[in-house]
Amino acid sequence: MTAHVEPIMGRYIHLDIQGRSHRIYFEEAGEGIPLVCLHTAGADGRQFRHLMTDPAVTEHYRVIAFDLPWHGKSYPPDGWQNEEYRLTTDLYTQTIRAFCAGLELDRPVIMGCSIGGRIVLNLAIHHPREFRALIGLESADFQTPWYDTDWLHRSDVHGGEVCAALVSGLIGPCSPESSRHETLWQYMQGGPGIFKGDLYFYRVDGDLRDQVDAIDTTLCPLHLLTGEYDFSCTPADTLRTAGRIPGAEATVMKGLGHFPMSEDPAAFRHYILPVLEQLRGTPMKGRL
Amino acid sequence: MTVNNVGDPQCVAEERFERIPELVNGDDNLIRRGRRLTSEFLVVVGGATYHLTVSDGRLVRLERGPMLMRSWRFAIRAEAPFWLRFWEPVPEAGYHDLFALSKQGLLTIEGDLFPFMANLQYVKDVLAAPRKILEA
Repeated sequence: MTAHVEPIMGRYIHLDIQGRSHRIYFEEAGEGIPLVCLHTAGADGRQFRHLMTDPAVTEHYRVIAFDLPWHGKSYPPDGWQNEEYRLTTDLYTQTIRAFCAGLELDRPVIMGCSIGGRIVLNLAIHHPREFRALIGLESADFQTPWYDTDWLHRSDVHGGEVCAALVSGLIGPCSPESSRHETLWQYMQGGPGIFKGDLYFYRVDGDLRDQVDAIDTTLCPLHLLTGEYDFSCTPADTLRTAGRIPGAEATVMKGLGHFPMSEDPAAFRHYILPVLEQLRGTPMKGRL
Repeated sequence: MTVNNVGDPQCVAEERFERIPELVNGDDNLIRRGRRLTSEFLVVVGGATYHLTVSDGRLVRLERGPMLMRSWRFAIRAEAPFWLRFWEPVPEAGYHDLFALSKQGLLTIEGDLFPFMANLQYVKDVLAAPRKILEA
């Protein structure tokens, strides 16, 4: 095999969020419209590596993926050893806005998956003028829990193995083997209690069912795409959510599951490229 | 083997389920992954109850009930047609994972869940092993 170097570049940015100093890792590739990608709970920005090496995307978009604090190559903040990690709606929102401001991004597109798909709805509700467009993958205003998250963080159960085993069923059955297991490897690598802490936002703090009616897609276009095999955020959850938001576009991705960008990158690009193409031609709505 | 009515979902499901020991014990990688599990559990396939004994990842005994006063740690129960859909080589969405079925109320997981959760991918793969029958 001939050696080659990918165009992805990784760096760190220092940010203050809710009064705490953070050193956040991010990767990027491409030029053009900023496209900030938000990883799923318990994972990190590597999930978007295929988008960053796809010239069809990077010729027009500056694709940026950061690891949330406590995830991937972003350390927890000082003092982490004395607290239980819990992601809240407010902390997640402030982190995204601080990151975009820190890089001085001009009205980026935000694309988030799972918890990232939920938080884009919150951005659409409260900060639509800051973004060119919002894309929610596996996104809904709420979904029914299907297991007890206490199993994710115990001294007598291997956290990495149980996290991966739980989410393994969320991957489409025809996902390429290498992509399936790369996706699961990230879940095996998460810090203790981090997946569980992310799900605090997802299950407890981030119920948006009584707020999505406020989304105005004339200010910021909203696209929702959900995999057919996702039984956590089901296609029905996404379609129900989109049905309450005039102008929201919803797509069910056949054969895909909860991690479309990493579990089957080739299949996912068939769905996401038309959206990105459409957004390139969409005038910037609601510009101040 | 209890096949006496070819095509009947209960009989087909039982026939497939009873091949699990050979499918598991012929898979060295699966045995390696389950090497820390030694336990007994129940699987209910519609009208048939099975007691499974796993020793160091090997499925050393599969017995069909009824059984008198037999201990077990956890039990997984679903009707035969749902097991058959779960065992399709490419299952339909919603029938492709134990938790997809349980979320719909089509499968129950009961008892002491510690050995189940501590060896979750292994147990999932053991119970999905009959998919290999139609893949072959």
